[in-house]
Amino acid sequence: MPGNVLTLSRAGGAPARSVVATGMLLPFGVLYALFLVLPSLYALVMSFFQTSLVRPGLSDFAGLDNYRQVLTSGDFWASVGHTVLFTVLTTPPLVAIALLLALLADRLRHGRWVYRLVFFAPYVLPSTVVFLIFSWMYTPGIGLIDGYLARVGGGPISWLTDPRLAMAAVVLMTVWWTLGFNFVLYLAGLQDIPRELYDAAEVDGARRWHQIWSITVPLLGRTTTLVAVLQVIASLKVFDQIYLLLGGGPNYATRPAIEYIYDVGFTSYRVGYASAVAVVFFLIVLAISAVWFRIVRRQEREA
Amino acid sequence: MVRGTLTRRRFLAGCATAGGALAASACGWPAQGFGLAAPSGGVLTYWNLFGGGDGVRMVAMQDAFGRQRPDISLDATTLTWGNPYYTKLSMATLGGAPPDVAIMHLARMPQLAPAGLLRPLSDDELARHGMSAQDFAPNPWQQSHSNGRLYAIPLDTHPFTLYYNTDVGRKAGLLADDGSLLPLTSPGALLAAFDAARRVTGQFGLAISTANDPATPWRAFLTFYTQLGGEMLRDNGAGVVFDRAHALTVLEFLRELTIGRSLAPSNFDYGSTVALFASQGAGFYWEGEWEVTTFQTARIPFDMAPFPAVFGRAAIQADSHSFVIPRLEHDDPERLDRALIFIRSMLDQSQTWAEGGHIPAWRPTLDSAAYRALKPQAHYASAADSVVYDPPAWYSGSGSDFEVAMGSAIAAVMNGTLGPAAGADQMLAALERLAGTASPV
Repeated sequence: MPGNVLTLSRAGGAPARSVVATGMLLPFGVLYALFLVLPSLYALVMSFFQTSLVRPGLSDFAGLDNYRQVLTSGDFWASVGHTVLFTVLTTPPLVAIALLLALLADRLRHGRWVYRLVFFAPYVLPSTVVFLIFSWMYTPGIGLIDGYLARVGGGPISWLTDPRLAMAAVVLMTVWWTLGFNFVLYLAGLQDIPRELYDAAEVDGARRWHQIWSITVPLLGRTTTLVAVLQVIASLKVFDQIYLLLGGGPNYATRPAIEYIYDVGFTSYRVGYASAVAVVFFLIVLAISAVWFRIVRRQEREA
Repeated sequence: MVRGTLTRRRFLAGCATAGGALAASACGWPAQGFGLAAPSGGVLTYWNLFGGGDGVRMVAMQDAFGRQRPDISLDATTLTWGNPYYTKLSMATLGGAPPDVAIMHLARMPQLAPAGLLRPLSDDELARHGMSAQDFAPNPWQQSHSNGRLYAIPLDTHPFTLYYNTDVGRKAGLLADDGSLLPLTSPGALLAAFDAARRVTGQFGLAISTANDPATPWRAFLTFYTQLGGEMLRDNGAGVVFDRAHALTVLEFLRELTIGRSLAPSNFDYGSTVALFASQGAGFYWEGEWEVTTFQTARIPFDMAPFPAVFGRAAIQADSHSFVIPRLEHDDPERLDRALIFIRSMLDQSQTWAEGGHIPAWRPTLDSAAYRALKPQAHYASAADSVVYDPPAWYSGSGSDFEVAMGSAIAAVMNGTLGPAAGADQMLAALERLAGTASPV
């Protein structure tokens, strides 16, 4: 098939090529428009109305009322704060530890696949399974963690009911669970670094650490950009693990922005207001991502 | 067996019990989605939210119905409990493809009936299938109405109850000669009983869930708060009549149980408290009666009693499962008949249902000798006379934003992260926020 396309485009020149490309993109484009673009636009429209989940139609026009309510809602800003805190706490370890493990796994001569599998395996688990494992581990007094702590005379720790620890509990669980994705990206990046560079460095007398610091890390710059940007976006859309492990608690101390949208929209039926929340949150994520992308790109260029 | 600390083996036994319940309840997997065509012919679609032991009994009752009426093909779907269930039910009804019959918690009535999602039922329609007001327990029957019209047919009442370990109770001197629990008539008596039980277990007097579970603290709070005579909302949720002094009394008492005197764990979640009571690490357990079969399976010596009236008048938080017929634009009488035949068949099997702990709403079963002989169920059946449902509002009811808002503040007080006064302030602020929101229904 690819060969055919190639011949076709060569024979027919640029116009034919774009026709083929368009044709191939069309199925995806249609689905994308149907399930992402149109619903998003509809949500934007609903955000200006008092739309209810249980009343047909858009209901009364609300003007900017919903937006005024969102911007002055303490609950909303608290939930954005939790999402940002989660992102700040998860991104550095998920990038750094993934890089470290990828470097270690790549240096192995034997059984390399075992380590690749071990570090990647948690990522394929559904969030519900991860939540079950960790909720047992975190059980105060009798859970796995407190069980070990008790042996060395520590604990018990109220992982899930202490507002200061609950976020840490989710961060720990998330790092273990999602590390594998970044790990694989770094492994792929490592394969692209030409071996000759290391050989040349060896000839020049550079030690292992020096090689990693002066060759591997700089040449992984593009991968780091990708990993860092993807990670920030993934962390900003956190919902399931917090919802499952803590229900946004204790006492709303971890409720992320997405759960706030879910609560007001689906539980309280206020879809119009929830849409306004979603739009505001979208703009916040867009702004954070844009700034972050610029910072990371600049770092990459300088490096 | 009872004395001593919680060993790993005993805990694991408890976990196995709790885990079994969890795994069973996780079986409730939606077998169908939305966008279905309206049922035709002799098909009856039925949505429920029963997992665990309830789910097993409901399937047995459905099978019995299938044998009685082979002409009606029953298409039953089990969905997960909680607010997603009501969201799905509402959206399916709005989308014109609701099930013919669905289970609804009666505390959700003030939300679903005014939204026009339910079909009202007349006396004649019920009479055609041999049902009338006299056949139902008065509290759930009354709660099945909205604006004077009947919108639901109640199946049961499920109150907050007091479980107690009879071995622990006997050793602690809390039982009468016939094995029943001696009356506990004041907060002090309750604290003393838990203290005596704790001395026997060496761990806790009481097991109550306070982590990742706002519903249980809410059930305890509403019970005591109503016993004091407190009210929360007026005008169907548009106004707040929160009694801060009463709320403070209850919050201080609940804090005394956990942080104050360490009679109950301050940070256990639902599964852990089930495991704690099942492994006999606590003498008492507070929860709805639906865990009765869990502890029967665990083969521990236990009994149950109506939740004691320690703060004055008898009042016990409860809710009820009921059958509703979601509104369908082009309703046909055959659909209604099929639904009522099915509902009547379920009511006739109330004895099976009662084995899971729920108190039947169906009088022919409730008043029967067979039900009175069912132990420990019959021991707390009188609780149905003094039940209190969630205060009516578009935002309240089982698994609602309201329950989470109230329960989160109460749980924080019981966890020790919020003082009782701050807890009461947070509850009041949340009530005012909810009451001040324009109703979307």
